[in-house]
Amino acid sequence: MTETTVILDAAAMQRALTRIAHEIAERNENGAEVVLTGIPVGGDHLAKRLGKILSELWRQPVPVGILDVSMHRDDLDQRAAPTVHPTVIPFDVTGKTVVLVDDVLFSGRTTRAAMDALNDFGRPKKIQLAVVIDRGHRELPIKADFVGKNVPTAEGEKIRVRLVENDGVDEVVLERPR
Amino acid sequence: MTWTRKHLLDIESLTPDEIVMVLDTARAFKAVGERAIKKVPALRGKTVVNLFVEPSTRTRISFELAEQRLSADVINFSAEASSFKKGETLKDTARNLEALNADFIVIRHSASGAPHFLARVLNASVINAGDGAHEHPTQALLDVFTIREHKGKIAGLNITILGDILYSRVARSNIWALRKLGATVTLCGPATLVPKTFEQMGCRVTHDVDEAIRDADIINLLRIQHERQRKTMFPSINEYIQLFGLNKARLAKAKSDALVMHPGPINRGVEIDSDIADSGRSLILEQVTNGLAVRMAVLFLVNGGKGPSEVAGN
Repeated sequence: MTETTVILDAAAMQRALTRIAHEIAERNENGAEVVLTGIPVGGDHLAKRLGKILSELWRQPVPVGILDVSMHRDDLDQRAAPTVHPTVIPFDVTGKTVVLVDDVLFSGRTTRAAMDALNDFGRPKKIQLAVVIDRGHRELPIKADFVGKNVPTAEGEKIRVRLVENDGVDEVVLERPR
Repeated sequence: MTWTRKHLLDIESLTPDEIVMVLDTARAFKAVGERAIKKVPALRGKTVVNLFVEPSTRTRISFELAEQRLSADVINFSAEASSFKKGETLKDTARNLEALNADFIVIRHSASGAPHFLARVLNASVINAGDGAHEHPTQALLDVFTIREHKGKIAGLNITILGDILYSRVARSNIWALRKLGATVTLCGPATLVPKTFEQMGCRVTHDVDEAIRDADIINLLRIQHERQRKTMFPSINEYIQLFGLNKARLAKAKSDALVMHPGPINRGVEIDSDIADSGRSLILEQVTNGLAVRMAVLFLVNGGKGPSEVAGN
């Protein structure tokens, strides 16, 4: 049995994304230098949504890509092969500020893999990290630049980020084994 | 779906979901080949031995490049320059390779079942790169991948395989894959090379080429394998060309969107006319490109360990 607690509902998630977008705009004065890349499954949709808000703030289109990190993971022989999604980055990242977008920041290993994967596409001027949930338990020296909500968790607990695009509903829940 | 297989030995034992998982994974690896930097670190530190006891150029090169693009260390071992000439058995050769800590063995062998045998006696992952007239699983996977890319699906398509079916591991693997994914498969060629017994694999068998290609969405041509035929199975090459060679006049009777495939090497003017091979309806070179992606996907999948595939973060 698991006990589930809703951490963010649809309205709260929308507010979190709007706030993250404003923080990205505040940190990066020149919007023309900023591109977003989302990590599937989840981050790709979140990046699209952030890109939409940012393009309204900056009054110019913000390029959004999809960055799959499966081929760069450090645990490939320790678990069954992950589902690989196509990476789609239809723009040059060299000289750009790339904002990596993920749903949950946990060990930091996905972020490390993402930075490696991004390297194959060019040399960004800066890489920044935006996540909806930071649940702690870092295993690498990695820190998010933009966080929707910090959620202290225990190791056995699970964070589920459900998105309209994948699951038909926007919400973040914490699952706790009982 | 979670991939749990350590080896890729044949298509016969795969489930439809497993086949689709290879195809979906290959889609992502195809994109890697289109980048400026065509290499990913997925198999860094792993050693792959290409054990080609039967000669092969294109399959070996395709596997070798796939392995290098996954950052594996690669050893090529061929029949001509090896211990087989000195009388060493396959088992001893393979054990020696494993003693060098090989993680993967990609084997091409003239004996059906050789990969299955190695999988039983070794700890390494074994990938079948063609065993006798039995199976050539990665060829079938790349063929199905290519068909799906063009037609958007496999189920409900009419696929005609034309040529030397009896001696063809490509045909057998293709039949398994296509039937499992719901295609209708028609086999055609000289009666000596396309016996009715193939109907037991769920195929339609005909010896009339015009009838075989009339409703086909895909025409997959197979080479006449002189090296595998113990005696001549048809009167002459000229007669084969007359009765079964794919030429413009014949293709004109097929559906206008029917596409032509061939695993290579092609015999221009025998099973396929030059102008068809070079036309926009030929997928032959795309098959080569896709073969690389499919082989990267297979290596990536069998490299996985045990346990759930779900990412720990979520």
